[in-house]
Amino acid sequence: MNEQPIVFAEPRTPSSFALIRVLGLVALISGLLIVVVYQWTLPTITEQRRLALEQAVFQVIPGASRLTGYVVNQDGVHAPNSGASGRALYAGYDADGELIGIAAEGAAQGYADTVRLLYGYSPECQCVTGFRIVYSRETPGFGDKLETDPAFLANFEALDARLNAEGTALANAIVTVKHGTKTKPWQIDAISGATVSSKAAGKAIGDSAQVVVPAVHRHLKAEGQL
Amino acid sequence: MRPELTQPITMDTFLRGIWRENPVFVALLGMCPVLAVTNTATNSLAMGVSTLFVLVCSNVLISMLRHFIPKQVRIATYIVIIATFVTMVDYILQAVSPVVYAALGAFIQLIVVNCIILGRAESYASKNPVLSTAVNAAGMGLGFALALLMLGSVRELFGMGSLFGVPVFGDSFQPWLVMILPPGGFFVLGAWLLLFAWWRERKARKAIVEDAVHAG
Repeated sequence: MNEQPIVFAEPRTPSSFALIRVLGLVALISGLLIVVVYQWTLPTITEQRRLALEQAVFQVIPGASRLTGYVVNQDGVHAPNSGASGRALYAGYDADGELIGIAAEGAAQGYADTVRLLYGYSPECQCVTGFRIVYSRETPGFGDKLETDPAFLANFEALDARLNAEGTALANAIVTVKHGTKTKPWQIDAISGATVSSKAAGKAIGDSAQVVVPAVHRHLKAEGQL
Repeated sequence: MRPELTQPITMDTFLRGIWRENPVFVALLGMCPVLAVTNTATNSLAMGVSTLFVLVCSNVLISMLRHFIPKQVRIATYIVIIATFVTMVDYILQAVSPVVYAALGAFIQLIVVNCIILGRAESYASKNPVLSTAVNAAGMGLGFALALLMLGSVRELFGMGSLFGVPVFGDSFQPWLVMILPPGGFFVLGAWLLLFAWWRERKARKAIVEDAVHAG
């Protein structure tokens, strides 16, 4: 018997060009869809962010009816369109155009992630007057008490942030202390059970204030407002 | 070209994802968002609806292009298509609710690697017509969203004493904080799985008894 060898049919393989053509076409459809949705949602997203920031600034500068944005760094306070890089700073004015407070950004590493906040500073009393969390992923029920714990919020009714005699730095660094051990007006009494988050809030404000407060006072003196 | 399946569209095409092949309670897929974002009912609903949208849209597009996509580049193509719809959801959610977007964090972007979506694309959308794929994906997506909502509702109810942010119990209620922390996710998922396993076993036992009665 004459046995015929078994011949397996070779699977058809598409050419390299065909593979690239498919990937290219799918990428083109993908790009078009993403760009359309991006352009469509961009105005709403920008407006939502602006509203959220404005709301936070008005909360930390109570009584302000008008805001002006600036950028602050070691060199001083700059207009937002000056091209200078640094922390965002907002000056709040009352209805008569009088400066009533400053809002500045601060950030520090918390328990789960970086805690970002916006705090209010009064040049008149040289004190921090409040803060608002902008971004936090701290443990629910513990770390998220930063904005709700009345005893912790009481730290910021007039947290001392006076300048030293030379006007180059804070006279006393803002520090967070263990719950129940606060003795000085520049200390922050931590929340029991959320010490790491409390320290993050204190460090965010303290580090930022070391740069912002001297720069703001220099700027206000130069402008003749102090 | 991949083999074409010509299954008729029945009620089961839609319902199997909700009950018999539920991706969470039966297949135990997509555990990362199931455990991570179900600490409130609102977050669960937002994640469920986002996944449903990506699942249906990406699977429909894959089904439409199924004769055109060579198997050598299918996974790369599916991932690009899924990532496209995830990016769209990402922008839409930022525009609709920045609060929910911030709460869900990176888990929206992580829908790209959700095994339910890629699994459906590979096992169903690449072999079935568009309509059948849409119905099946909608069932699977709804099954996933309902499962998340079942977990999120229980966790928020006991962990915060509220449902969709509305207080349910009085001021005297002491929240059971562990429920909104990661261990609470495992605990509630385990409790639901236990309940469904008990129910299935009870049904099977009943069927055996009924068979015995009919036979004897």
